[in-house]
Amino acid sequence: MEINKEKLDEIILKYGRDKAHLLAIFQDVQKEYRYLPKEAVRHICMRLGMPQVDGFEVATFYKSFSLKPRGKHTVHVCLGTACHLKGGADVLLSFMRELKVKTGETTADGAFTLESVNCLGACALAPLVRVDEKDFGKTTVAQSRNIIRDFTDHH
Amino acid sequence: MVQLSINGKKVTAEEGEALLKVARREGFVIPTLCYHELLGSSGRCRLCVVEVNDAGKKRVVASCLYPAKENIEVFTDSDEVRLVRRTVLELLLARNPSAELIQHLAKQHGVTEVRYTPDQDKGKCILCNLCVRCCKDIVGVSALGMSGKGPMKKVGPPFDEPSETCIGCGACVVICPTGHIAMEEEKGVRTVWQKKFELAACPKCKRYHLPLFQLEWISKTRNIPVEELMVCEDCR
Amino acid sequence: MALSLKQLDSITSAFNAKEQAYDKIIRVCCGTGCITSGANRVLEGVLTAVEREGLSSKVLVKKTGCHGLCERGPIVTLGNDEILYQSVGKRDVAADVDLLLKTVTEGKVADKLLFRDSARKEKYTSSLDIPFYKGQKRIVLAMNGLINPEEIDDYIAHGGYRAPFRAFQMTPEEIIDWVTKGGLRGRGGGGFLTGRKWSSARAAKGGLKYVLANGDEGDPGAFMDRSLMEGNPHAVIEGMVIGGYTIGAQQGYIYVRDEYPLAVSRLTKAIEQARDYNMLGHDVFGSGFDFDLEIYRGGGAFVCGESTALMSSLEGKSGEPRDKYVHTVEHGLWDKPTNLNNVETWANVPHIINNGLDWYTSIGTKKSTGTKIFSLVGKVNNTGLIEVPMGISLREIIFGLGGGIRGKRQFKAVQTGGPSGGCIPEQHLDMPVDFDSLTSIGSMMGSGGMIVMDERNCMVDVARYFLRFLTEESCGKCVPCREGTRRMHEILDRICKGAGKIEDLMHLEELGKALQWGAICGLGQSAPNPVLSTIRYFSDEYKAHIIEGRCPAGVCKEITTFTIMEEKCTGCMRCAAECPMGAIIGEKKEPQRIDDLRCITCGICYDVCSFDAIKIG
Ligand SMILES: Cc1cc2nc3c(=O)[nH]c(=O)nc-3n(C[C@H](O)[C@H](O)[C@H](O)COP(=O)(O)O)c2cc1C
Ligand code: SF4
Ligand code: SF4
Ligand code: FES
Ligand code: FES
Repeated sequence: MEINKEKLDEIILKYGRDKAHLLAIFQDVQKEYRYLPKEAVRHICMRLGMPQVDGFEVATFYKSFSLKPRGKHTVHVCLGTACHLKGGADVLLSFMRELKVKTGETTADGAFTLESVNCLGACALAPLVRVDEKDFGKTTVAQSRNIIRDFTDHH
Repeated sequence: MVQLSINGKKVTAEEGEALLKVARREGFVIPTLCYHELLGSSGRCRLCVVEVNDAGKKRVVASCLYPAKENIEVFTDSDEVRLVRRTVLELLLARNPSAELIQHLAKQHGVTEVRYTPDQDKGKCILCNLCVRCCKDIVGVSALGMSGKGPMKKVGPPFDEPSETCIGCGACVVICPTGHIAMEEEKGVRTVWQKKFELAACPKCKRYHLPLFQLEWISKTRNIPVEELMVCEDCR
Repeated sequence: MALSLKQLDSITSAFNAKEQAYDKIIRVCCGTGCITSGANRVLEGVLTAVEREGLSSKVLVKKTGCHGLCERGPIVTLGNDEILYQSVGKRDVAADVDLLLKTVTEGKVADKLLFRDSARKEKYTSSLDIPFYKGQKRIVLAMNGLINPEEIDDYIAHGGYRAPFRAFQMTPEEIIDWVTKGGLRGRGGGGFLTGRKWSSARAAKGGLKYVLANGDEGDPGAFMDRSLMEGNPHAVIEGMVIGGYTIGAQQGYIYVRDEYPLAVSRLTKAIEQARDYNMLGHDVFGSGFDFDLEIYRGGGAFVCGESTALMSSLEGKSGEPRDKYVHTVEHGLWDKPTNLNNVETWANVPHIINNGLDWYTSIGTKKSTGTKIFSLVGKVNNTGLIEVPMGISLREIIFGLGGGIRGKRQFKAVQTGGPSGGCIPEQHLDMPVDFDSLTSIGSMMGSGGMIVMDERNCMVDVARYFLRFLTEESCGKCVPCREGTRRMHEILDRICKGAGKIEDLMHLEELGKALQWGAICGLGQSAPNPVLSTIRYFSDEYKAHIIEGRCPAGVCKEITTFTIMEEKCTGCMRCAAECPMGAIIGEKKEPQRIDDLRCITCGICYDVCSFDAIKIG
């Protein structure tokens, strides 16, 4: 993976080369690549003067970081309590069937990554599905196909 | 100095000193897995638990960390303590069925049956974190760390690839209480954590001793010429 | 230059004059729930329509935070709560916007958009009459849905930022005394006395000190803190300024969940605006005291809501908790004295300072004063966000405000306290909602999640659900929690699959005790609660799974089948139309049949059948 070191340094400098901001730096870098390339983690650790293991630990501890490339779109199916009780698991299964992947995987064409999430904070509209930055409330098993189609058309 | 009691025996201790140290000094037996005299405690294994009664407030605490306080009563073998210890050992035996140390401790504490499906994929690692602390605090190269979270947590070099900073000293192998870490030597090459090291042959006795990489590292950090280090301990 | 109290008053008058220049105010809720339901399109539609009709000088369109009635969103209100419209633009944005404008210009109330109470079959015009709102006491949420959270002047015009002026006239000890006597208890779960915590933090030695706000809201199924941060961010800031002054901290941090991007952006704006007015920064409010705030985004780990894990995360590390034999008020962030409170706790502080002790203690019960915000979700008719006085009964919340159970089903349990809490059965519904009562029945207040379940929810599955969650979210540091939660899950999963043994129940209780005593932090220590509380109140359901091999609620897939009873089926084919798998076969007007090979046991057919013709087996 080719990484743009200048861009990384820019982000690191924005946070004052401060180790305390490691999460924020990772978040910004992840926005750039849609995942955290290993080379980027290495570079950041080097710049912040910290051992690589510490960066690796943080990158693997938090659910929002991924060291594996992600698809163009990420489908988050909520499995929080409210969504679970209203059939969130069945909605997740329907996305697995439609996309032919398991949770955490990316479709072969790189279009979608399927993830489960524990509550997106719109529980009154359970079951919830978030694709990229758009939320869908009161989703049903039958709807998954339409949601995928919505995002397939213009990608 | 503070006064406290352990299993009814009055003892004195430095204020703030860990209960484990006090108890061991006084001859009480408390099992531990993640505590090490050189590396201190991190409170991971919970085998060292004791019950503390602090002015009527009872709780089970990790003795390796709990600070000695005036007038507390400590019990090293209450029902609660035994339940926690037995549970920890049964859980670890399910996680690391092949770890001899765990088998031994479990037997010692009366754990005869494991009611869970044993894991096959965790080797002997109990995640005590001693190797990580040793590599960081004693060796000083931080080649090992923890990654992941919850049951997926594991120990290893960054990105599960041979570490750039590992010097192949094998200190982690020595400190590991269960013998999880494999280190092999064959034809002058040492392999540890997937990294291969060429071993230095002693110019005097011709035996292989330490990895060249480690010697160079010592030479750099301590300012000793490599030639001097090439001679093995026995021949120096 | 610091603003004086007088200047705040002139900002207020100027702001009010500006608003009063309009004939009408339309408020469009732009909370997360309403945005999900399409509020942005409605807002755009209203703005365009107002312009098109040349009403720009007469009608003011405002964007507000969450109103609470999220499920019926998008919510639009007119005037000061005189009219509440719900589900605006759900079907047809343009048509509904027209109706809205007609109300404004001709005073014609659009029947179609009014709130209908499904249980009472009644229609309401003003939100003040809707039982969902009527039973509430909105103090912390009073400004949500009223002000534009992105405009500090709006907050000031509604009485904001007055409390620090009063606070700076008081000594820190006096403030601590008020907060203590006011009985304010932590809203983040534990219910710890805030005044006592502040007092220890103030007394702690060490130059630098910190105040932190916990906006991690990890409880899956709750969104109180989110709505507060999004709808009224300045309230949190105002509370923290007072807290900082009281304990002697010059720096504060707000830790916000990564899943809440809107909360982050609203708080960021609020902090910038507060800095512009010198309410943050150097010599705040002209008091000679320096105080500033910074936001940290979390990384998606539930355990980071725990105080020591949160601090470790703030330091840029992974979120492993530590034993708190040494308290964080003495050794916290960067080893400095640190005072952490939940965002709702912080937002209560200005109200105590402004309105005084007597007022505050008159709300709620003796030992749990004030109000509490809950997110009421699950199988009730009115789901959403409520703020109620402590001491209200669960029954009043669920059957009064919540409008009872949805459809024709029966109440089974209400879950409070999230993954650390428990399931409360019918027999305890008259229990007052306060910190101590909920704990006494094996649950807890928690941060405010309240999830209502009916007979189609399986209690063993609920316990398994929470243990799945906790297994994933355990940080993995200590053995009892890392290994114990997954093994509890293993046992529960076995029971759900019909392979449980009766000894499993005792085993679960024993393992539960070991976790309560042996785990490092609250996550592991309270992880057994969902299991222990369901065994305590719903042992019949466990036994049905174990002994009879069936799931009475029809949830556990491995031991559930749905069968259509020929004699009851009218052949209306409603189920066939709803089945996502096309697994229901049969001729119209003839009894239908379920093809087991295609059936995914989602139970939709059972839920939609009007003739009770489907049986759980
Ligand atoms: C696993 C775990 C998760 C927690 N999550 C939260 C949370 O999301 N928000 C919160 O305010 N407190 C949470 N808490 C409680 C905090 O540790 C802490 O007690 C609280 O923020 C203190 O503030 P308060 O006294 O104002 O309630 C959590 C505790 C535990 C053990
Ligand atoms: S490898 Fe050994 S020393 Fe390292 S954590 Fe595992 S058990 Fe402990
Ligand atoms: S109880 Fe669980 S979350 Fe808390 S420290 Fe132990 S492993 Fe981590
Ligand atoms: S439980 Fe799904 S959004 Fe909260
Ligand atoms: S020795 Fe104390 S927790 Fe392991």
